[in-house]
Amino acid sequence: MSYAKHNWYMIFGAVITFVMVLLIVVGYFWTPYSPTAICAAERFDGPSFAHLFGTDNLGRDIFSRVLDGAGTTLFISVSTVLIGLITGILIGGLTGYFGGWIDEVVMRMNDSLTAFPSMLLALVIIGILGPGTYNVIIALGIMFIPSFARMVRSEFVRCKNLDYVKSARLMRAGPLRIIFLHILPNTRSTLLSAVAIGFNNAVLAEAGLSYLGIGVMPPQASLGRMLSESQSYLFSAPWYSISTGFTIILLILGFTLLGEGIRQQAGVD
Amino acid sequence: MKYFIKKTITLIITLFIVSFLAFFAFTIIPADPTAALLGTEASPERIAALREALGLNDPFFVRYFNWLKAFITGNMGTSYSYFIPVRRLIGDKILITATMSLMAAVLIIICSVPLGIWQAKNAGFLPDSIVTVINQIVMAVPPFFLGIIMCYVFGLILRLFTPGYFVSYTVSPAAFFNYLIFPAIAIALPRIAMTSKMLRGSIINELDEDYVRTARSRGNGTTAILYGHVLRNALVPVITFIGMTIADIVASSIIIEQVFSIPGMGQLLLISISTRDYPVVLAIVVIIAFIVVFINYLVDILYQFIDPRVTL
Repeated sequence: MSYAKHNWYMIFGAVITFVMVLLIVVGYFWTPYSPTAICAAERFDGPSFAHLFGTDNLGRDIFSRVLDGAGTTLFISVSTVLIGLITGILIGGLTGYFGGWIDEVVMRMNDSLTAFPSMLLALVIIGILGPGTYNVIIALGIMFIPSFARMVRSEFVRCKNLDYVKSARLMRAGPLRIIFLHILPNTRSTLLSAVAIGFNNAVLAEAGLSYLGIGVMPPQASLGRMLSESQSYLFSAPWYSISTGFTIILLILGFTLLGEGIRQQAGVD
Repeated sequence: MKYFIKKTITLIITLFIVSFLAFFAFTIIPADPTAALLGTEASPERIAALREALGLNDPFFVRYFNWLKAFITGNMGTSYSYFIPVRRLIGDKILITATMSLMAAVLIIICSVPLGIWQAKNAGFLPDSIVTVINQIVMAVPPFFLGIIMCYVFGLILRLFTPGYFVSYTVSPAAFFNYLIFPAIAIALPRIAMTSKMLRGSIINELDEDYVRTARSRGNGTTAILYGHVLRNALVPVITFIGMTIADIVASSIIIEQVFSIPGMGQLLLISISTRDYPVVLAIVVIIAFIVVFINYLVDILYQFIDPRVTL
């Protein structure tokens, strides 16, 4: 492997993610049409300059709805990744650094939780809490904790006997200080790529749950929800499915490439 | 042998914890099954009698072990909304979902291994680069969107099957498989891309190892080295990955069944969640988790056969 080569993963990932996030942020303040404005005269219009992605069964502008829906999806993804990451750092950091029987018990629980397909876990939590944006965030957040916790733990187990930690201990740094100020910053490259992969999973999971009709509730738009609506009009308005689906693909592609790029940059594996 | 015993003990412990967590989750929810079974106008005496009969007044652990005992012997309780044993409800559907998942798993293995090897052989040349880019994009496609596209292309345009018109295997096995192959492909494609990418990287890494140079110095050809030495080592991480994929296949089949309107476990699970039919949900969740845990156990055992160096 030559090191002079460009990190194409990083470049493409960053560009795609940047453009998507920019569009979503713009869409938060301004969309060409109101995402909920119904226009009976313009039902199922194909893509044109007036409606970039065409219109849906109620004559709503799909481009505006995609921006709005992608915003919801992104909001849910950011919240869930944050929940998973912060809880994962706390659990993984503490158990990894201190070890002992608590570590053993927590990791056994963790292993059992990962035995549930993550989607199933989310479905069960939604089944208990009921659908809705915030319940989706809780369900997906919980779903992400085990993988983050396991990853942070293994990083801490690897780092806790390295020289810099030993010297910090010699200088009488407390365990909390060592965990959060010494070891945690050194796990950032692994964490960052895990966060990118986490975003990718979160987008996928949110779209899946909303597609099943138990995620985001109408009238709020979400990419998965729109995809399931569009399926009924597949024959009369294929652009509805395609534009929504490709938005999801671009979001996921951006995050995947970014994750891969960060991993290559850091020289992991 | 020691490895085998240790793995088996871990399996049993994991199954215990999994079933316990699932049972616990469905016990703490504030839902009263008597209201579902008797209606809202039942007399307090009848409710009390039913609670006693269902064992709802017992302590939590007694209920857990009673449930577990019944579950293992095949008695999974009675559905709250259909009033028939959960086992009868599930029996048929598990076959459909299992067939579909198995087809997807077979597709993944028979497509990704040759593709990965071919890519690794041609690494650095244009065809490999093109496939790598395609792989990267296919990986990002959610299976259910792929399913929608396949419904459109193969169902509505090419008319190879009729979306929504599912044929049971009791009616016509040929039509049954013909229908299921499309959702299986939709589940498998992104996984094929991931697995072949992984195998490609794994083979390329192995080709840098010293033993490859040694084998070459003894006059072995590229093909002999690849199939005789490298592949065996390169497959080790891939097998772990395929084991992890099983859980994902099951999870995607829940959604894919919705795309293709297949009356399998996923559909039953969703209906039961929305009607709050908890015995059914609990049974499905535990069955799926057991299957996933068990397959991972088999993968671990297989792992040891391929790479005897692995110990705990």
